[in-house]
Amino acid sequence: MAEMDTSGGGHKKGPGVKKGKKLSTRVDLTPMVDLGFLLITFFIFTTTMSQATAMKLFLPKDADKPEDQNKAKQSGVLTILLGKDNNVFYYEGELDNSASNFKSSNFKDIRTVIINKKNSVHELKDFVVILKPSEECTYKNVVDILDEMTINVCTRYALVDISAVETTLIKKSEEIAPPTGQ
Amino acid sequence: MGRAKLPRKSTSIDMTAMCDVAFLLLSFFILTTKFKPSEAIAVTTPKSVAAKVAPQKDIVEVIFDKDGKVFLTMDDEQIKETIANTLNSTRNLNLDVRAFKKALFFGAPFSGMAAFLAIPEEQRKGNKLPGIPVLDSTNNELTAWMTLVRDAYQGKKPNLLLKGDNLAKYPAFKSVIDAFKKNDFLKFQMVTNPEPVPTGTDLWKKTMAGEKREE
Repeated sequence: MAEMDTSGGGHKKGPGVKKGKKLSTRVDLTPMVDLGFLLITFFIFTTTMSQATAMKLFLPKDADKPEDQNKAKQSGVLTILLGKDNNVFYYEGELDNSASNFKSSNFKDIRTVIINKKNSVHELKDFVVILKPSEECTYKNVVDILDEMTINVCTRYALVDISAVETTLIKKSEEIAPPTGQ
Repeated sequence: MGRAKLPRKSTSIDMTAMCDVAFLLLSFFILTTKFKPSEAIAVTTPKSVAAKVAPQKDIVEVIFDKDGKVFLTMDDEQIKETIANTLNSTRNLNLDVRAFKKALFFGAPFSGMAAFLAIPEEQRKGNKLPGIPVLDSTNNELTAWMTLVRDAYQGKKPNLLLKGDNLAKYPAFKSVIDAFKKNDFLKFQMVTNPEPVPTGTDLWKKTMAGEKREE
């Protein structure tokens, strides 16, 4: 491996000194190859492979009058609320007075919830997901839940402001069940 | 029968060909490598299944970092010049138009804009700058910025990008969206890192069936 052919000169000795063999002009290229591949590995690892992608979001124009607002059928509505520390809450239809249909979930399980709801809705066009991020949730949570919409092919969804009732409900359930993170 | 005498061959292999290949690959990788420009604003973008590559030209990008500080970047120098002139004439900010044109991003309230431009480019680091104030809903300066952008583009639509940090809180995102909405920018794209589509989901089935995804 490490022997080096000293063909490049230095063997011209005086006339009396005779070297037996004539050395070939070949150079051992092994170290050069080593170096080459080392650099290749370096550049492969430093190359940024993934280019940033972009997900599109279309915002609705704010309706000035309440009668202009889109109405959704109660049976097909799934409301997802985002709390702090990656907590997710949801309820189907309208929130009832005792908040008995207010359930807590997380980002792993919310997909099943969405799929179940989607399958149980009679007509797919009635299926609407309402997303309500709270003040405490992060941008990542919002993108994740929007991504979940793409993943489960929910064509109708809306990003809506959270109401005071829901904020208190989130606070309460976060106190009861301490946040588990993911 | 005696075996033919094989000439003694040396065990060393000619490395020239391998060397050629190695250096060919090396030059290829050197040339294709694009080093990540050291970013003045540290942002870790979230992941999504979106497959479309983010546009590179004609962009107006709003960046918000984990503290909710908002920055604005544009790539069109013509547009920047127009904006600088408008700012100077309407708000009397007395900005250095050339410095404004060359600035890679903007991250200061209007009142501190002249001071911001006085900082040398390489010393403008996101964590030391105030950012564009957005959280105060009565004085959301990004709204004013977006109006400037819209007017400068004169009806043409720039590629509006939004790049947020994983840990940024929702109110920052919301005020940015509000600023967009108020200026009728209803279409925008969020910069994310690609992620594979989870198997078994509806989208996965669709892709497997060869249906094209609507972007």
